Amino acid sequence: MFGSLRKKKPQSSPRDKAGAVDRGILVFENTSEVIQAEKALKKAGWAIRVMGPPPEIQTGCDLVIEFPLIEELNIVRELRQAHVPPLSVVPVTAPLLAPVDLFQTKDYGDYLMVRAANMKITIAKKDQRIVNISGGGCPDVPYLAWQMVGKTLAEAPRPRDLGHTLCGYALDLAFEEICRKC
Amino acid sequence: MLGVVGTVPDLAVPLIHGPVRLVDGHLDLTGHRIPINRGTPALLAAALKAHESIQGPDIHAFLVGDIGKGEGSRRLYRFLEQHLTEHRFDVLTFHYLQPDVDWHNKVMFAIEAMRRRPILIADAGFMYAAKMSGQAPAYDIFTPDVGELAFLADETAPHPFYTRGFILHETNKVPDLIQRACHHGNAARCLLVKGAVDYIVVRDRIVATVDQPSVEAMEAIGGTGDTVTGLLTVLCGAGLAPADAAVFAARANRWAGHHANPTPATQVGALIDKIPLALAAAGAGGRVV
Repeated sequence: MFGSLRKKKPQSSPRDKAGAVDRGILVFENTSEVIQAEKALKKAGWAIRVMGPPPEIQTGCDLVIEFPLIEELNIVRELRQAHVPPLSVVPVTAPLLAPVDLFQTKDYGDYLMVRAANMKITIAKKDQRIVNISGGGCPDVPYLAWQMVGKTLAEAPRPRDLGHTLCGYALDLAFEEICRKC
Repeated sequence: MLGVVGTVPDLAVPLIHGPVRLVDGHLDLTGHRIPINRGTPALLAAALKAHESIQGPDIHAFLVGDIGKGEGSRRLYRFLEQHLTEHRFDVLTFHYLQPDVDWHNKVMFAIEAMRRRPILIADAGFMYAAKMSGQAPAYDIFTPDVGELAFLADETAPHPFYTRGFILHETNKVPDLIQRACHHGNAARCLLVKGAVDYIVVRDRIVATVDQPSVEAMEAIGGTGDTVTGLLTVLCGAGLAPADAAVFAARANRWAGHHANPTPATQVGALIDKIPLALAAAGAGGRVV
């Protein structure tokens, strides 16, 4: 019933004019849980964003979910129901790191390559078959390549469904971008 | 002895270590048969192919299955923390591992406790952790591609995923990114920056560039960065100084691409097969001292 209202909720800045914190972050055990939680919350229509954690909780390969703090109880309940409860909920007190949103495309004639951050995906134009995945440094990259190379964009599993790291997440962004271009 | 540390995308592979061989196009490590098509196995296959041409030290691999959850990487980190001092290496190369600063620092303590400090090379996830730890200058060589160089140049980014846009826009200005990475203490003493032009950097000075032969399709082929790191490991082990080894490795990797005549759909194994030819073409065939 409230889903449509939630979807229309505007994103506001981390602090309102009075300086009060109005955004919080959800912290999870690992990146896989963040990806699952993002899927559950977006499916339910919540206005959330995947962001980088503040320096004091960075470990090297992590994501957090930024959300409207006033909705904490509802969102945490939703996540419990989805079996991905957060480790903690922290108010946002400083700007968060934003994921990369810059894509680079290279046209090889018969092939098309898209790069997002450190990840590249290349397809054959004639049948949209994934022919190579390159870049990255986290251990799910070789696994994702193994699962995806040789399949068409329509057949291939989504990196966000199989990936567990920021490299996997970046590959998902590249995957989305190359799908948009086809 | 050369040491290589990394992961295999197969959870059935336990933590294994020992002398590694290339048998019928697969790695053979403690009886485990591992495909070489990407990641650390591709690095090792390139290194072993080079080893056939260059009579350098043998290669000892430390591998564990990990598909991104990090459990395997943490088991390997723990093992290295406890056992690294039992080994002696001329070169120690770290590769696909879950970036984790705390574990990185524990491994660095173990390295400092080794009887003789090896030449340290970091690539892929371990390079990310090395940068984030603030200990990049403790490494002898990093091997970033241009996207990863932008990450090294961004002093705030804990992972390439968070490299700020205004820095990513500079990827056509590699010398500026090199200066920025060095200025913020986020570069190893030597860099081999892989790209359309390969840059070899010592401290903050570009000492060489390699751009021939130029094989455009190589950028798309997964594993071509891994093979250059494998070549670099072997060439350092053969006694070349890091910058000289980086120039040779960059050249040889390009020649491997040239001989394979690849398209963007070619798989890295086709390039690995050409490494003996490539080393000869790059001028590094036979014994390098």
